[in-house]
Amino acid sequence: MQRLKSLLIWFWRIASRPSAHLSLGFLALGGFVCGVLFWGAFNTALEVTNTEKFCTSCHEMRNNVFQELQHTPHFTNRSGVRASCPDCHVPHNWTDKIARKMQASKEVWGKIFGTIDTRQKFQDHRLELAKHEWARLKANDSLECRNCHSSVAMDFTKQTRRAADIHGKFLVTGDKTCIDCHKGIAHELPDMTGIEPGWRTPPEMRDRQSFRDNPRDELARYLAATGAER
Amino acid sequence: MRGQDHFGLMRFRSSIAGALLGGMLVFVGGAIYAQNAPQIVPRVTGAAAPMGDVPAPPVARPIVDDKRLMRNYPEQPPIIPHSIENYQLTLKANRCLDCHRRQFTEGSGAPMISVTHFMDRNGQVLADVTPRRYFCTACHVQQTDAQPLVPSTFKDMLLVGPEKK
Repeated sequence: MQRLKSLLIWFWRIASRPSAHLSLGFLALGGFVCGVLFWGAFNTALEVTNTEKFCTSCHEMRNNVFQELQHTPHFTNRSGVRASCPDCHVPHNWTDKIARKMQASKEVWGKIFGTIDTRQKFQDHRLELAKHEWARLKANDSLECRNCHSSVAMDFTKQTRRAADIHGKFLVTGDKTCIDCHKGIAHELPDMTGIEPGWRTPPEMRDRQSFRDNPRDELARYLAATGAER
Repeated sequence: MRGQDHFGLMRFRSSIAGALLGGMLVFVGGAIYAQNAPQIVPRVTGAAAPMGDVPAPPVARPIVDDKRLMRNYPEQPPIIPHSIENYQLTLKANRCLDCHRRQFTEGSGAPMISVTHFMDRNGQVLADVTPRRYFCTACHVQQTDAQPLVPSTFKDMLLVGPEKK
């Protein structure tokens, strides 16, 4: 500890004094060039982690989610536009991207300790993992979907009547966001028992059917109301 | 005696030759007929050489007009008048029931799965879809614009049988 302190003091003495041998121009320009090099390297490394090749270099991704992606329209479709992993799972905006990358350091932990290193383990964690992504897309109003699909650019007359109706009712009004209904479009779904379809009104906003969510409370209230008179 | 014997052998020989000739005629005639006979059963495999490569016909488009069609007989499972492409129907998720389940039909406007889907094999009505009716596509199918390979001769039961007076 004492040694560390003395080291810090030594560094501060050097850093706080004006340079005796090197010119100001050298230091400024050198600093600038080093900054450019550092930033370039940082950004390149960041972009490398943002490729499908990098994502599928882990067998957890390659053998599970990447296989499932390959038979969905986001992989092959009539117009030949392909969405790869980062298109949907990493925000394009810089600050959001850095925030997501920092979150993703948890995934390094999972990789090291083999949290999902078998198919069975992956299936066991699937609901939790899916819920994270649903929550993320819900919170940013399906930003990654909207990087390509915009409700303004949608021609409802080209959709089937059912799709146009539903989009008009939920998407245009802003009631719901893409991920509410379009879950599991690029991967297999987890066990969906008890997860209601996204177009449904949340339980707390329902009036008629709310009794179904806590039938015991309803019954208790009824008994309290009638039992009091007895 | 000798001549008689010879004559008898000759007759035997000629009858053998006649039978052989007849057999040959039938065989050749049959072969020629088989080559040129009209094919009674239309080929459903599509390929003349079943192991050979044949160009695949274009994939048929699903019919998506959302129109409920008449059933051809009372027990017919209703057909699906919309596309079910990429619908996940597994033990874990059932995309069909996201709209057709009883408690969701009010919001979705989809027809409710019929009451028979709630019955177990003893006819006991359960609260939710029974396991034996869970996999929708076992009975209900999507329609496409593909032409049938073999024309159907199905007739509605009401249209066959003796005329009512």
